[in-house]
Amino acid sequence: MDTMRDRLAPVLTRLLDEDPRVAVVLAEIGKDGFADAMRDHPDRVINVGIREQLLVGTGAGLALAGLRPVVHTFASFLVERPFEQIKLDFGHQGVGGVLVSAAASFDWPAGGFTHMSPGDVALLDTLDDWTVHVPGHPDEAETLLRHAVAAGDDKVYVRLSVQSNDQALAVDGTRFLTVREGRSGVVVAVGPMLDQVLAATEGLDVSVLYATTVRPFDGEALRRAVGAGPAADVVIVEPYLAGTSTSAANDALAHLPHRVLGLGVGRRELRRYGDVDEHVAAHGLDAGSLRGRITGFLGERTSAGAGAGVS
Amino acid sequence: MTTTTEPAYDYADLPRLMGRMTGAEKHGPAATSTLDALWVLYDRVLDVTPERMDDPGRDRFLLSKGHGPMAYYAVLAAKGFLPVEWLEGFGAYDSPLGHHPDRVLVPGVEIGSGSLGHGLPLAVGTALGLKARGQTEARVWVLVGDAEMDEGSNHEAVAYAGPAGLERLHVLVIDNASASYARPGGIAARFEAAGWSAETVDGRDHEALYAAFTAPHPGRPRVVVARVEPKEYAGEPKSA
Repeated sequence: MDTMRDRLAPVLTRLLDEDPRVAVVLAEIGKDGFADAMRDHPDRVINVGIREQLLVGTGAGLALAGLRPVVHTFASFLVERPFEQIKLDFGHQGVGGVLVSAAASFDWPAGGFTHMSPGDVALLDTLDDWTVHVPGHPDEAETLLRHAVAAGDDKVYVRLSVQSNDQALAVDGTRFLTVREGRSGVVVAVGPMLDQVLAATEGLDVSVLYATTVRPFDGEALRRAVGAGPAADVVIVEPYLAGTSTSAANDALAHLPHRVLGLGVGRRELRRYGDVDEHVAAHGLDAGSLRGRITGFLGERTSAGAGAGVS
Repeated sequence: MTTTTEPAYDYADLPRLMGRMTGAEKHGPAATSTLDALWVLYDRVLDVTPERMDDPGRDRFLLSKGHGPMAYYAVLAAKGFLPVEWLEGFGAYDSPLGHHPDRVLVPGVEIGSGSLGHGLPLAVGTALGLKARGQTEARVWVLVGDAEMDEGSNHEAVAYAGPAGLERLHVLVIDNASASYARPGGIAARFEAAGWSAETVDGRDHEALYAAFTAPHPGRPRVVVARVEPKEYAGEPKSA
């Protein structure tokens, strides 16, 4: 299967052909895929060299001139290094754009921590009004990229990863999807975490929500999933820093007693190489580890056989 | 946006306009490093008016060095971009005029600035965007301070814009010798090494400024370094 990132250049090349407002800004990374687009639209496919502050500032400057910029590089260099440019050049100037990252939390473990960005979504959470898409499959990535570019002058972050679920679902760029229904808790699986979460919760009487657009957080879907009971237990499984969406879930459930367990990538630097599966396991995000952590949190009520899973 | 057509003000009125912000009636031009260069730009060079702020083909002026914007506000008021009555509120809670300007609040202001090193990369993107939209006549000007050129983001922009041949991009460096470490060879040499057209002039000489601002520079971006008297020590770092 191709990766989400394999879809980036073909999708954007078509959008560049279709919409004269679209522009792409690169900092060397990913430029090979845009060779044709750069030839066909030399004014709207811009490579600034290895200059990430300029990358983001240029994207925002294009927006000031009325274009719809799509800015792409690895998450570490897109969100973390030029963070003040994101905050001021887009947010404070009041202009929009699309940031598309690759490499995610640990797409290239052999490359080490310099190319890992588990904190990108948490960082964007310190800013106002960013839409955040976390696709879980290349087809979803394609859909969400199109939503992002078409979203007027909104500020949108699209997080691409080599981590992927086997099947794409029909995501719409706004709502969480209900994948399974149960009575003893709600597990929210974000993007590429869905397959592991479904395996981990097999036979448990829990609801599973699938989130590929995490900001704005679909609080309505979460409230619906927890139902009319007097209390709620929620687990959120995210492919980036553990706990990133916990406060959003707390806000959504402020009206009733609730507990939220935030699972994701650990804060402590692992300082290991290896491959993606080894890092998934090391952060306790493989199906076996997740099952233990979810049942441990939800307790007896979720014991196997308590309720049939509904797909 | 609120715009206003005020009676025409002249250069001689600027000290009085600045005095409305500071309460000091004796504000001379020497009180601010940017005043003369700003005046010459808005009075004789920039193709922009309050009525044309929504025109995609207007010239853009980006004040990157957002510190000490009294001269900027005075010039904008003199040219009718904002009501002169606003000047008294400078820095007050309910005034649109802060100690750093905000494009969302002030008519005629193209970028919000204060944090150094943002205006020039934004100007690069704006120049590229105008080119992509076919606005081939619109020019982009960005004002930076000499110490602001210490910021790495500016070096990224200078190094890119020269080889990229962004001929609609213009940088005005106000050099009041405020950088802690002098640049061997001078500021203009850094730009020239990156392929820019460069000139250094007396930042108080209106004719010299005008000539430098309007000199042709086909195929290359242009920098004008305007030398003014050294800044008095203000006690605050990063005041550019």
